[in-house]
Amino acid sequence: FAGLADVSISEDIPVEGEITVPVGSHSPDEDYSTLDEPVRDTIMRDLKAVGKKFVHVMYPKKSSALLRDWDLWGPLVLCVSLALMLQGGSADSKDDGGPQFAEVFVIIWFGAVVITLNSKLLGGTISFFQSLCVLGYCVLPLTVAMLVCRLVLLAGSGTISFIIRLIVVVAMFGWSTLASTAFLADSQPPNRKALVVYPIFLFYFVISWMILTFTPQ
Amino acid sequence: MAAVDDLKFQEFDDAANLLAANPDATTISIDEPAEISKNQHGRLQEPGREEDDELLGTDDSDKTELLAGQKKSAPFWTFEYYQTFFDVDTYQVLDRIKGSVFPVPGKNFVRLYIRSNPDLYGPFWICATLVFTIAVSGNLSNFFMHLGKPTYHYVPEFRKVSIAATTIYAYAWLVPLALWGFLMWRNSKVMNIVSYSFLEIVCVYGYSLFVYIPTAILWIIPQKVVRWVLVMFSLCLSGSVLVMTFWPAVRDDNRRIALATVGTIVLLHALLAVGCLAYFFDAPELDFPAPIIPAHNGTTVITKS
Repeated sequence: FAGLADVSISEDIPVEGEITVPVGSHSPDEDYSTLDEPVRDTIMRDLKAVGKKFVHVMYPKKSSALLRDWDLWGPLVLCVSLALMLQGGSADSKDDGGPQFAEVFVIIWFGAVVITLNSKLLGGTISFFQSLCVLGYCVLPLTVAMLVCRLVLLAGSGTISFIIRLIVVVAMFGWSTLASTAFLADSQPPNRKALVVYPIFLFYFVISWMILTFTPQ
Repeated sequence: MAAVDDLKFQEFDDAANLLAANPDATTISIDEPAEISKNQHGRLQEPGREEDDELLGTDDSDKTELLAGQKKSAPFWTFEYYQTFFDVDTYQVLDRIKGSVFPVPGKNFVRLYIRSNPDLYGPFWICATLVFTIAVSGNLSNFFMHLGKPTYHYVPEFRKVSIAATTIYAYAWLVPLALWGFLMWRNSKVMNIVSYSFLEIVCVYGYSLFVYIPTAILWIIPQKVVRWVLVMFSLCLSGSVLVMTFWPAVRDDNRRIALATVGTIVLLHALLAVGCLAYFFDAPELDFPAPIIPAHNGTTVITKS
């Protein structure tokens, strides 16, 4: 740069120009700014998403909406309500009663995480949270079964009520397993589908067992 | 300009002909890994050990063993490393389960089914299934046994699930760890032909526990004789899988140590079965206590059931 040593810029030449931002049309990015909308809109949008997923679970068709926009609100609500309804199980001593709230919570979440890890280790293409979302939402039929069981138990706890509860729980268990299999089975390599479906079956079986053996105080 | 003839392709003779023309040329020979292993195996094998071939499976088990070393090459902190332990298909898992329930006398489970592809899917989910099966069956059996009694109040006994889980998972992971450590230690003193990796031992133990699952379901039947017959039967089946796997590994050792090792394996397996039966399933009483039935005329009649 030795040749440029004697170059100088005169200070009395003004630098001028125009800095303008072309005003484009209404850009789509502005629609996603949710800071200015009323709180009611924000909450209702999330609630509608959760509700739409509930409907997807009750009528399991092969749709990718459940997988694409995963959220964990639904599973949380279902898990908490199921664990709350499983409270109040009879216990002669503290050790022999039904599952406590923390036990149900841990079983559901830990079980869902283990199944997700299992399907990913076997070579599945679904993402971690999508799988958790599907497994959590498919607990909905079993929560409905728990509700029905509690109502039936209010009427009485004899043999007939047990048979009704058994039929309801078995039906909902089948529904849960079929719903989650419909969503999850496609993302697995074809010769390992059974290896992935079996833990899901075991998971919902354990939850159904907890629901069926619930006896009120 | 070179003649067109000079630009023709030349066929090169194969190595033998070239060597014959030029015997002193230096050559490099690269053997196939299988041939090297066959040579080594032939040298180590003593004449009186033909039964080893049966126990060790077919000949290409050596090749798969050497090739297996190239499989798990991902570093252990990546997810792909753990994926290599789940590299099984449905039919492979079913085959391994079948092999553990119907042990073929003389065939080694590890060589025949695992063949240097140990998986963690089978042991983990068989243990999980066993935990819940024992807890549920125990609960059901107690329920049916005490059904008629007025003093009995059904409890789900949920705490027993966590106890069952701890016991079975500890058995399925700590005993293989101890056994593997022991075999490594003996291997350093006595040169054994057969040695197993830790995962293969975990695999054998996991799959051998499978036969306890239908046994636990059948334990619901509240007859003492039936239960003990089932214990003996399942112990024979799964114990034989374990014995046939580990006998070739310790047989070269001191006779007493070999027998003690195999004996300990069977004893621990039996303890697991008997312990589960005793803890989760109430003993069926031989005489039911006589129920007291109020008769029509107000007097109570005691009848024997």
